[in-house]
Amino acid sequence: MSHHNHDDAPKRTQKDDKDGDLAIVGRSVTINRPRQELFAFWRDFTNLSQFMEAIESIQMTGENRSAWTVRAPAGQTVTLETETVDVVEGEQIGWRSVEGSQIETKGKVSFTDAPEGRGTVVSAEIGYVPPAGDLGRLVAKLFAAEPNIQARHELKRFKMLMETGEIATGSYYRDQKDNK
Amino acid sequence: MRALTWHGTNDVRVDTHPDPEIINPRDTIIKITSTAICGSDLHLYDGVIPGMKSGDILGHEFMGEVVETGPKSTLKKGQRVVVPFTISCGQCFFCQQQQYSACDNSNPVEKQDASEMLYGHPMSGIFGYSHLTGGYAGGQAEYVRVPFSDVGPIVVPDHLTDDQVLFLSDILPTGWMAADNAEIQPGDTVAVWGAGPVGLFAVQSAVLMGAAQVICIDHHPHRLELAQKFGAKIINFEETHVREALMEMTGGIGPDAVIDAVGMEAHGFTPDNVLDVVKQKIAPGADRGHALRQAILAVRKGGRVSVPGVYGGMLDKWPLGAMMEKGITIKTGQTHVQKYIKDLLRRIEEGEIDTTFLISHHLSLEDAPTGYRNFHDKQNEWTKVVLRPDMAKGA
Ligand SMILES: [Zn+2]
Ligand SMILES: [Zn+2]
Repeated sequence: MSHHNHDDAPKRTQKDDKDGDLAIVGRSVTINRPRQELFAFWRDFTNLSQFMEAIESIQMTGENRSAWTVRAPAGQTVTLETETVDVVEGEQIGWRSVEGSQIETKGKVSFTDAPEGRGTVVSAEIGYVPPAGDLGRLVAKLFAAEPNIQARHELKRFKMLMETGEIATGSYYRDQKDNK
Repeated sequence: MRALTWHGTNDVRVDTHPDPEIINPRDTIIKITSTAICGSDLHLYDGVIPGMKSGDILGHEFMGEVVETGPKSTLKKGQRVVVPFTISCGQCFFCQQQQYSACDNSNPVEKQDASEMLYGHPMSGIFGYSHLTGGYAGGQAEYVRVPFSDVGPIVVPDHLTDDQVLFLSDILPTGWMAADNAEIQPGDTVAVWGAGPVGLFAVQSAVLMGAAQVICIDHHPHRLELAQKFGAKIINFEETHVREALMEMTGGIGPDAVIDAVGMEAHGFTPDNVLDVVKQKIAPGADRGHALRQAILAVRKGGRVSVPGVYGGMLDKWPLGAMMEKGITIKTGQTHVQKYIKDLLRRIEEGEIDTTFLISHHLSLEDAPTGYRNFHDKQNEWTKVVLRPDMAKGA
């Protein structure tokens, strides 16, 4: 299959969804909140750990740079540093890992007005190359087991947080572990 | 706390569990005063609903007293509330359209995958009804955690007893919505399959909505008597050819609207209703697919078919031709409880609707397993079981 789109569907829904060496995952979700509010929340990368389960924390290391600590299996963590790119105020935020990060990744989230009265369509696209070696296997597990499902889960958690102020849980006491 | 928990097919027990806690800001903790066993709990009991885990606390029809509130809850300690069985956020697109049972945000993200795969879209959260609808602990317990407590629970006045208002949690609004979906016009004949709790409330609702004639179809004599009490004409399908009778009772036209509320209502997910019927050995003619097919064949040309949330799987031999050629409308869905609950509470207060007739037994929470067994085995006499944590075992 060629890399050209033959229809109006987003590239990530093509049956051949590779972008060079990067595996692309992506997903759209409609959030019943104003576009500017969602953009502003995402623009502050330190907020992302509130709904991205794989991310332990994000710290800003410069105006457009942030250090991400990502949870890996077996209690390990992976760090990476990203720089913000292709920001269009109120519409789009991109990021990519800088040289020397343990994972090569890039991503983009866009915000467009949904049809009247329905809020904002948020689309995220994330591409990554797992590193080689032991760590690579861990990261592959982390991201590649079901990367589409993970992207979907994170966007849905973002939606829950922005629409309701909280993220739904079926647990009924705080230490309840078996909730999956 | 003590709670009725599921351990496997036909195995429910009252065990000791941790007390629920406030987890999210909009949560509240309710001390249960009354909780009912629903016909759909029997599907869990029969083990035909996937996504159950040993130790799950059951119950989605409950009410009680607010004992703890999260910082964003609008309830106050000491208030008496009835809680809808569907969990709804109030802020998503669906909630804002009053399609509360389609809420996007109440089923935890990881648990949405299964129903998203089965149905193309995830289901919302439901109390005590498997991990496919959130794995929420149910209300057949001393206490329960209620999320989005600013949207779901309704405060009830002290002069109404628990028995008068408990069924606002599920079966009354479910029966009411079934009748609402039948879009009843003056002069209409409405045929209701099934004189179980939902069918009986659908009969009551259809009469209140001004149907000229309501006909209820079942084979349990006691349940048919109850339908008769609310002004329905009755057909016993063991004695009568149902479709012929309906044609004759409507001057050869057929019912203007039909409601399929047969048997044990399940809140979705029965993997295959036809297989179910084989498993459950329901009498021929009572099988749920049969009732729906019969309803579609019986309804008049251009008529309405209302199906409350009782189906979860696939259905064989769907009468597509009858549907198309007669130009009928089908309306379905899990109940949008929050849409109807205020109006129904008012009707109860004004004496327009009585719900207490349905209750055949009050048991202690400790005796819940006995309640399950009898509600399951003796459907004609055990029409509805209400569990009260404040009653002594064996009382
Ligand atoms: Zn129910
Ligand atoms: Zn909602």
